[in-house]
Amino acid sequence: MPVIMDADRLGRSLTRIAHEILERNRSIERLALVGIRTRGDVLAKRLAGVLEQITRAPVRTGALDITLYRDDLMRHAVGPQPLVRRTEIPFSIDDQKILLVDDVLYTGRTIRAALDALIDFGRPKEIQLVVLVDRGHRELPIKADYVGKNVPTSLKETVTVRLTETDGADEVSVNQAQ
Amino acid sequence: MTMPQVAPISKLKHKDLLGISDLTPDEILLILDTAEAMREIGERPIKKVPALRGKTIVNLFFEASTRTRTSFEIAEKRLSADTLNIAAQTSSLVKGETLVDTALNLEAMAPDMIVLRHAYSGACHLLSRICQAGIINAGDGMHEHPTQALLDAFTIREHKKRIAGLKVAIVGDLLHSRVLRSNVQLLTKLGADVWVSGPPTLMPPGIERQGVRRTTSVDEAIEGADVVMLLRVQLERMQGAFFPSLREYFNVFGMTRERLRRAKSDVIIMHPGPMNRGVEIDSDVADGPDSVILEQVANGVAVRMAVLYLLAGGAEHETAA
Repeated sequence: MPVIMDADRLGRSLTRIAHEILERNRSIERLALVGIRTRGDVLAKRLAGVLEQITRAPVRTGALDITLYRDDLMRHAVGPQPLVRRTEIPFSIDDQKILLVDDVLYTGRTIRAALDALIDFGRPKEIQLVVLVDRGHRELPIKADYVGKNVPTSLKETVTVRLTETDGADEVSVNQAQ
Repeated sequence: MTMPQVAPISKLKHKDLLGISDLTPDEILLILDTAEAMREIGERPIKKVPALRGKTIVNLFFEASTRTRTSFEIAEKRLSADTLNIAAQTSSLVKGETLVDTALNLEAMAPDMIVLRHAYSGACHLLSRICQAGIINAGDGMHEHPTQALLDAFTIREHKKRIAGLKVAIVGDLLHSRVLRSNVQLLTKLGADVWVSGPPTLMPPGIERQGVRRTTSVDEAIEGADVVMLLRVQLERMQGAFFPSLREYFNVFGMTRERLRRAKSDVIIMHPGPMNRGVEIDSDVADGPDSVILEQVANGVAVRMAVLYLLAGGAEHETAA
């Protein structure tokens, strides 16, 4: 399985994204990261760590589970029903700039669900989207503000993101689906 | 600390929830884990998610109920389902329609699920055979009340972080209690040490064959118990004289602070409600620091959301659209 990002490359991408976030938003005041479970929340925590290193100020993070907002609940388009997990956003998102973080941007349906879920928690000033990999094939008008790596893929391929915290290693690979 | 048991599966393979007896330990844990996530929704400013949008759920209650019916209705609304309530007093049942006819007529209007409470044991099984809609048992006669047992287990696990190995004493009117039957099934499936106690006249014959210890001595049952669960003396189901008087019942079996000293110091007190204060439970105990009775009610909503979601959304029998 061809590896397209190793640990080193992944780390440097996160550092670049952190600088891009600071360049665009000027400061991290009223800025918070919300990751989509289960790997987006891990990436959000890491990105927050990088931002904290650069700015020497604390950055808030939350985790969002979008299972109950999916549009394929009765359709089983993508394999078995995922386990519903807890959403944990321990701060008010009202008037905050929220950076929504996910591992792979594909059809855009997960992000659509995440936007709906997020808006149920309040009215953020702005939502920006951070993804580690953009693999194309959008089905909704959604675009990422910060991208780790653009990877042209075919529909037959799957993109697998593995992270140390959840999978024991940092690695992104593209595989042929059976 | 023992880690909470975590479900290794992600869906239920049933159309209905008729009783705990149909569930595997993994399925029980899946429902409890899903309920953890559901509880967080109740803490949000907007307590609603779109998961069951467009699903119609009928709450068909042929027996009096406040807690269970309200709890189901809130759970359904939090998941965005369309709900309607039918109570026996206002339905065609008073005109003589049978349960089967009522169900077939409802079925013709294509609801996705029916939540049924009925005075006859097995009423839900009957409906499940004739209805396409998923049936959830909200209490059938003296048989089962599965969502009550699930919310009890959820409450126990929250306080004790586990269920296996706990000593659970269930005291009260065992004979008429569907809560007992569901709880015995669930707690023994998850490995708890279950003791039951009550007057011999209210002890179902052969209860010990279900893997529980029986005793007529309450003190023996609650000795060193982690959980004490009291059951209501169901006067409305009693056609004979099962014990001399309510006062005598209280003296022999009623739970008082005095008596509770025999249990563990961190014991929790549970009651499925409605309580008869001064009969099976002293007010001192019901309102005391060890009581989790109102937490049980709060947890009921999350557990019922989990059951509804897993049956309506997660079940394998659903054919792809």
